[in-house]
Amino acid sequence: MRRHLLSSTIVLVAGSLAPLSAQAPVTAKPAPAAKAWTMPRTPDGKPDLQGVYSNATTVPVARPAYLGAKEFYTDEADKVASAAAAPGRGGRGAAAAPARAAAAADPEGAGLAVHYDTSQFGLGGPTVKRAASLRTSIITGPEGRVPALTPEAAKAAADRRAFQQEHQWDSAQTRPIAERCITWGFEGPPMMPVGYNSTLQIVQGQGYVGIVQEMIHDTRVIPTDGRAHGPASIRPWMGDSVGHWEGDTLVVETVNFEPRTPFQQNPFSDAAKVTERFTRVDADTVQYQFTVDDAKTWVKPFSGEYNMVHIDGAVYEYACHEGNYGMANNLSGARATEKK
Amino acid sequence: MQIQLGKAQGRLGNWLLVAMAGTALLSLSVIPSPAQAPYKAPKTKDGKPNLNGIWQAMNEANWDIRPHGASQGPVYSLGAAYSVPAGLGVVEGGEIPYKPEAAAKQKQNYTDRLKLDPEIKCYMGGVPRSTYMPYPFQIIQGASNIMIAYEFAGAVRVVNMGAPTKAPADSWMGWSNGKWEGDSLVIDVTSLNDQTWFDRAGNWHSDALHVVERYTPIGPDALQYEATIDDPKVFTRQWKISMPLYRRLEKNAQLLEYKCVEFSEEVLYGHLRKQPLKGDSK
Repeated sequence: MRRHLLSSTIVLVAGSLAPLSAQAPVTAKPAPAAKAWTMPRTPDGKPDLQGVYSNATTVPVARPAYLGAKEFYTDEADKVASAAAAPGRGGRGAAAAPARAAAAADPEGAGLAVHYDTSQFGLGGPTVKRAASLRTSIITGPEGRVPALTPEAAKAAADRRAFQQEHQWDSAQTRPIAERCITWGFEGPPMMPVGYNSTLQIVQGQGYVGIVQEMIHDTRVIPTDGRAHGPASIRPWMGDSVGHWEGDTLVVETVNFEPRTPFQQNPFSDAAKVTERFTRVDADTVQYQFTVDDAKTWVKPFSGEYNMVHIDGAVYEYACHEGNYGMANNLSGARATEKK
Repeated sequence: MQIQLGKAQGRLGNWLLVAMAGTALLSLSVIPSPAQAPYKAPKTKDGKPNLNGIWQAMNEANWDIRPHGASQGPVYSLGAAYSVPAGLGVVEGGEIPYKPEAAAKQKQNYTDRLKLDPEIKCYMGGVPRSTYMPYPFQIIQGASNIMIAYEFAGAVRVVNMGAPTKAPADSWMGWSNGKWEGDSLVIDVTSLNDQTWFDRAGNWHSDALHVVERYTPIGPDALQYEATIDDPKVFTRQWKISMPLYRRLEKNAQLLEYKCVEFSEEVLYGHLRKQPLKGDSK
């Protein structure tokens, strides 16, 4: 795989330097530089999506309100200017504008606010490869954000918060799903970028596509052999995924989610259907698109898109539950506090 | 015991005979000597033995990889439903060559197994135990990487089939570099941590464990699995386990999700609850 990607890269580089001599060996006609890349294929003729990818991004899930319906920045300078000109709001006010502009000007995301300072482990922004993007939000369309919850889902969310408020330290079972290392809530589908460890690997075998995500070693085994979904009585946390190829795009449909699987904090209902589309668009990039349709949870369907970019190296093991010292520490702390 | 082992070998012999009969029918131009011709695995489109599929061991090794008789299970209230079935063992020669102090630790592990067995805690099974836990696993065979996804605890490893690479750190599922030797997939597994066991009987290893696995097709729906175990801190010599793995033939066979964290939380953190649960079965 590595050798293959390397040779693709060489073709691209050669193409940009000397377009006339950069013909792919199989094409008879001279191709423009941008077309020098051809879709790699697995031995059975399917597009080869295999590789290790980063889906880290500085693009927020929801578009900042001050950008209105603007779906794309015109260029990097526009990104910086937009952030600097943004009206202040709340505590972050106008004083935060320079910081926002600085963050926007930093394509490596060194200024990205994440809840861990990964730079202390040498894992900070500049060491994480991100696909370049002029998108203003991962959620596409004029609104650029996850739609409103239905009244039932909003009530359920309020009930959950109230319960959480009162019982959050009662037991492991009342801690958040992510803290319990059941699912981080980003592994999907749809698979969402995380603040750190946004790394995944795709392997294709006969009739299956496997995707292992570093967070939290969650692995998707997606049949592409034409089978139907399993019985609705089986509800995996990552849902029940079935894939097929539409042209050169892998389309994966997922239903039958566990009713506690969260997407952006709110769990899917039994009506949820997620459709994902994976398209390799160049030697280094897989375009990832998704649509979430769950009429019981959100008032209308919504879609999102980002690119994942090839990285060297491997996906390392994230043994979340095995190393979950925090759970016992938090609970014993809560018990000790009660005794005071 | 030797007679029983002989029986097992006889069964393997039958497999081979059936497999060879198939081969002979398919390739009339070749006249193999029945005693020598091995099963020839079907190939993937890129010419490698095709190991794609959902596989599972069908034996009692997860209870104890050594030969063992039936016994009362560790939780009396579960009675006959969760007691220990007898097994012929999967250790070649039947004995694990522990150093004396290591043998004593195994006995202590067995005594304390309800507190110590990583399986109870929903910890990833490690290698080789994940292979013969009573759950299926799936091989997704790419040309340069082979994914092995295990149902238990959602454990996974991706076997690098390119130039061997080195692990950055120890891990539960180790670091896997693979290569083809004839029809066998040979995986060199290093950098395993010392937290996993071989079975529920407390057979154990240190972080010096080095496992070399061989997956060899012996019929259209069976692989022979061998693992050579080396751990100079714990054993006096290398030893080997061996067993067939069987393809899950159900038409709709599928690796299902067994995210067992929830099932282990009470045993791990129950003592830290605000309100203890009533009863031990819920």
